[in-house]
Amino acid sequence: MGAEFVQLSLTPLLIGILAAIACALPGNFLILRRQALIGDAISHVVLPGIVVAFLLTGIISTWPMLLGAAGAAVVAVVLIEAIRRVGRIEPGAAMGVVFTSLFAAGVLLLEQSDTSGVHLDVEHALYGNLESLIWFSAEGWGSLADPAALAALPPELFRMAAAAVLILALTVIFWRPLKLSTFDEGFAGAVGIPTAALSLGLVITAAVAAVAAFDAVGSIIVIAMFICPPAAARLMTNRLEIQVLWSVVFATLSAVLGYVLAGYGPLWLGADNAVSAAGMIATVSGLILALACLFAPHRARIGAPRGA
Amino acid sequence: MNNAALELASEAGERVSHPAPTDSPLAMQELTVSYGEKPAVFSIDATVPAESMTAIIGPNGAGKSTLLKAALGIVPRLSGRVMVFGAPLAHVMHRIAYVPQRASVDWDFPTRVIDVVLMGLYRELGLLHLVRRHHRERAVACLERVGMADFADRQIGQLSGGQQQRIFLARALAQNAELYLLDEPFAGVDAATEKAIIDVLKSLKAENRTVVCVHHDLATVTDYFDHVLLINVRKIAEGPVATTFTAENLQKTYGGRLATAHIDQLKLPAA
Repeated sequence: MGAEFVQLSLTPLLIGILAAIACALPGNFLILRRQALIGDAISHVVLPGIVVAFLLTGIISTWPMLLGAAGAAVVAVVLIEAIRRVGRIEPGAAMGVVFTSLFAAGVLLLEQSDTSGVHLDVEHALYGNLESLIWFSAEGWGSLADPAALAALPPELFRMAAAAVLILALTVIFWRPLKLSTFDEGFAGAVGIPTAALSLGLVITAAVAAVAAFDAVGSIIVIAMFICPPAAARLMTNRLEIQVLWSVVFATLSAVLGYVLAGYGPLWLGADNAVSAAGMIATVSGLILALACLFAPHRARIGAPRGA
Repeated sequence: MNNAALELASEAGERVSHPAPTDSPLAMQELTVSYGEKPAVFSIDATVPAESMTAIIGPNGAGKSTLLKAALGIVPRLSGRVMVFGAPLAHVMHRIAYVPQRASVDWDFPTRVIDVVLMGLYRELGLLHLVRRHHRERAVACLERVGMADFADRQIGQLSGGQQQRIFLARALAQNAELYLLDEPFAGVDAATEKAIIDVLKSLKAENRTVVCVHHDLATVTDYFDHVLLINVRKIAEGPVATTFTAENLQKTYGGRLATAHIDQLKLPAA
């Protein structure tokens, strides 16, 4: 693996891995809290938020996008609550209605607005543009020590790395209260843990992961990574500490295998074109989950009768 | 005598009495809690005597668990006051241990018995302190007290209902508190577990701690408890079991739901 790999594949691969890990970490807790759908909802409502932010500012940059996504998330939460109360339907259904409608509205907005000059279209929203995040100025592994070349790394890499480091740090620092309140919210409240704030913090962290990853890899990966690696990891162990490590392993494995298979898989099969890396990464994560369901050591626990 | 002085005195081994109601381990004044339009608990006054075993009794939906949670600050109260050892809750949280209902958590959660007991040391460990050997030894000692030391490394999903309840009690023991609040600790447990739990609760009382249980089994009230609070959204009666746990008060609390014939079979205190 030489110059070509460093130039064309190194950065997309790194960004894919970082995005997968950033989403999988909060995904562990969302799944155990039976809130997996929230990750799904967030990654959908991000789209209209980002489109509106673009329409208002005319540029694609981090802060307007983050604010737009955050605004859309707030609108979504208010709508979900309103529909739940007025329509008297269960929260899951309210959530499903709101995030699909908002995503669809985002798609319509996107089609009607002039985004030809920027990387913002429906396909990009779903699959991202992982393959295009190449490192033009790299000439080989030596470029890793060349300040001029390093300065020309795609900015998405730094954004994604910052988000992943932030989420990792938050997970480590708040590990104990997160674990305790996820297991037993009442007891957590009784020992003084601010459980409502912690819940909100977890959702915001998931939103940060979704927004950071959305730009580079699209919403397909975000949705898959919130759920598949943690769900597969749960089947590997009966300890949360080890589950989270497994989820990181599965997220990384999905990103690497998915990227390689998307690039070379079709060629091996005799087809001409590579397929979407984001789509393949999500598919691989689903396959890993399927294998875990069939062969993982603790698969019997899921769905086993409770309180046996 | 203020609280600090009382504490010093009791640490020095002196028997101290708590005559003043403000020094009660748990005092509620006009406590009202509401989840929706109707109040779950309405204007309840109660004063739990120090070093007592108090049962909170009432029919399903009477607000027993809600009362306990409001006293702990887990659910917000609409109005009223809660004083714990004569101080607002926020100052004395470390002196309270809580055992939630067993069915309120998902026992399929990926963790081991010892980890659940260590959760009782949360206030000590905080965010980032490492679990040291002496923490682990204390957790194991608490497991021993409930007869579960051999299960320390088991996954919690492998336990029976009674074993789960004992683990919750062990976690509360690890909190090393002065006031123990338990929500239905005897619900759906086997006879051996019931015996183990009541023995531990009685030993807590013998150590001058105060125990308050939401309790559903009227047949055991006179054997297990010395103080009783009867509620049905509102307070019906409160006082020593000997004078308060009467057929008349039970009829008022349960209304038509408790047949008179059933009350006749209960072991009531001698009138």
